[in-house]
Amino acid sequence: MFPTPVERRSAAVQAGYKALLPFALILWLLPLLMVALFSIKPDADFTQGNLWGWPSTFAGVENYSRVFTDSAMPRYLLNSVFITVPTVIGAVALSCMTGFALGVYRFRGNIWIFFMFVAGNFVPFQILMVPVRDLTVNMGLYDTRLGLVLFHIAFQTGFCTLFMRNFIRALPRELIEAARVEGVSEIRIFWYVVLPLMRPAIAALSVLIFTFIWNDYFWAVVLTQGVESQPVTAGITAFNSQFRAAYHMMSAGSIIAALPPVMMFFLMQKHFIAGLTLGAVK
Amino acid sequence: MAAPIITEPAPPPARGYWRRNQMRLAPWLFLAPGILFFAVYVILPIFQSFHISLYRWDGLGEARYIGLRNYERLLEDQAFYTSLWNNVRWLVLYLLAIPAGLFIALFLNQRVRGIRLYKSLFFFPFVISQVVVGLVFAWFYNPSIGLLNPLIGLFGFGPVNILGNPNTVTYGIIAAGLWPQVAYCMILYLTGLNAVDPEQVEAARLDGAKGWKMLWYVILPQLRPATFIAVVVTVIGALRSFDMVSVMTSGGPFGSSRVLAYYMFEVSLSEYGFRMGYGAAIAVVLFLIMMVYIAFFLWRMWREERGG
Repeated sequence: MFPTPVERRSAAVQAGYKALLPFALILWLLPLLMVALFSIKPDADFTQGNLWGWPSTFAGVENYSRVFTDSAMPRYLLNSVFITVPTVIGAVALSCMTGFALGVYRFRGNIWIFFMFVAGNFVPFQILMVPVRDLTVNMGLYDTRLGLVLFHIAFQTGFCTLFMRNFIRALPRELIEAARVEGVSEIRIFWYVVLPLMRPAIAALSVLIFTFIWNDYFWAVVLTQGVESQPVTAGITAFNSQFRAAYHMMSAGSIIAALPPVMMFFLMQKHFIAGLTLGAVK
Repeated sequence: MAAPIITEPAPPPARGYWRRNQMRLAPWLFLAPGILFFAVYVILPIFQSFHISLYRWDGLGEARYIGLRNYERLLEDQAFYTSLWNNVRWLVLYLLAIPAGLFIALFLNQRVRGIRLYKSLFFFPFVISQVVVGLVFAWFYNPSIGLLNPLIGLFGFGPVNILGNPNTVTYGIIAAGLWPQVAYCMILYLTGLNAVDPEQVEAARLDGAKGWKMLWYVILPQLRPATFIAVVVTVIGALRSFDMVSVMTSGGPFGSSRVLAYYMFEVSLSEYGFRMGYGAAIAVVLFLIMMVYIAFFLWRMWREERGG
């Protein structure tokens, strides 16, 4: 193990390390802790200049419930859910198939189709912006959740295909060969042999895509504009102009907006990190 | 799920077009929906953008062909140069996320009680949306309510207004962007460190290697896959910077914090009228810069596929 484990060092070093950890963490999360503190303060603390001290009264419950009762935040959150969940399902479903096709079969053009997906996944969004916006307008889907979902599914298929194809490559080929010898059709091999083995990859990818899409901002502002369809990342700007200079409310709103992916991460940590670090180890 | 290979009755003898050709047709059948979506929404639009960049177009009326005029105008556009220069600064400074991530990973690669929770808490800025990270840092920098000024005041530094000063604004945004990116690199390296061969480390220790020498000659070579991914995602992240610029400053003050991604958006969809053709030309430039890295990535992948 590198660096040398602290257990092998002197007691002083061990104690020093353990004391340093929480200190470093507080420093690392300082901007966020500041916002968390703001979000439980009453309005009066800001006018009286009590910015950093203990809240004069605990206003957390009031602030956070006002986010839900006095603003369009619930609507934005709901929009985010209705954009994110269908995208996760669609992109994972499409890429299970493309990943299977590219990972299992040897045919002419395989590597080029694979490269197309990989390269497309890296292009800057701006090169797609004008045509995609135009296409969405022409389909009558501008400012709808469906318009956003269709684009997200298509774009995420690039990354998901890369992920799934590499995962399937690492599966034991003998299973597929054995099924073929038995005369099982290719579609059944996909459904009954390969798909069950892909469950860890599906879990990892779902959590990752959930986070990516929930946090998307660019496409939200390009393809939607109203409270009817905008997700929470775009809605937070409208929320902030509603509560201009009311820092306790803006802080509470931001924390609410950021929370779903954070919860997803802490609940599904193993899958999340497995997905994110795929390829970081040989 | 039960393995149906065993439970299925013996299949009927191969017959019919599908039976005979399924090995050839199956991959295309599985690829069709994915390729269709990807072609319509990603591949075709790239070419369309190249095409649109040759027109003057407000997005509604008739588009007028003007050849390379948009690109000629770019060369005289001061805002374009500012954006390009800021992109260079983003790119160079964003790469600091890699050593910083490695440093934190080395700091946390221990087995004391509660270390797993520490690793998660160090990582989780990455999970927060960039919009919220941008807001959090904008308030942190804010001269009237932010914690930054009282903090540097402790060390005797005067009050600063980072986002209000054209000379510091881009650095302020980059610092905010580095926060989640460092967390990302950290988790890549933590995973990599986990897989470092302990026998090699012990053997090197017996040979008297330690500290920097050990890191440079024994550990880093084994972390190469993690470093490669860290470089790729960091470069791409730097060139994609849009959310933070938009949320923290909207490109200001006086356009000094624009980057290409943001400037393109501003030109195409600003309230002063849409200039889609000019925007597309900026996007093409950004795309060509990115293409260098994409080509490098694909080349490496291709080499690996050959080798493997």
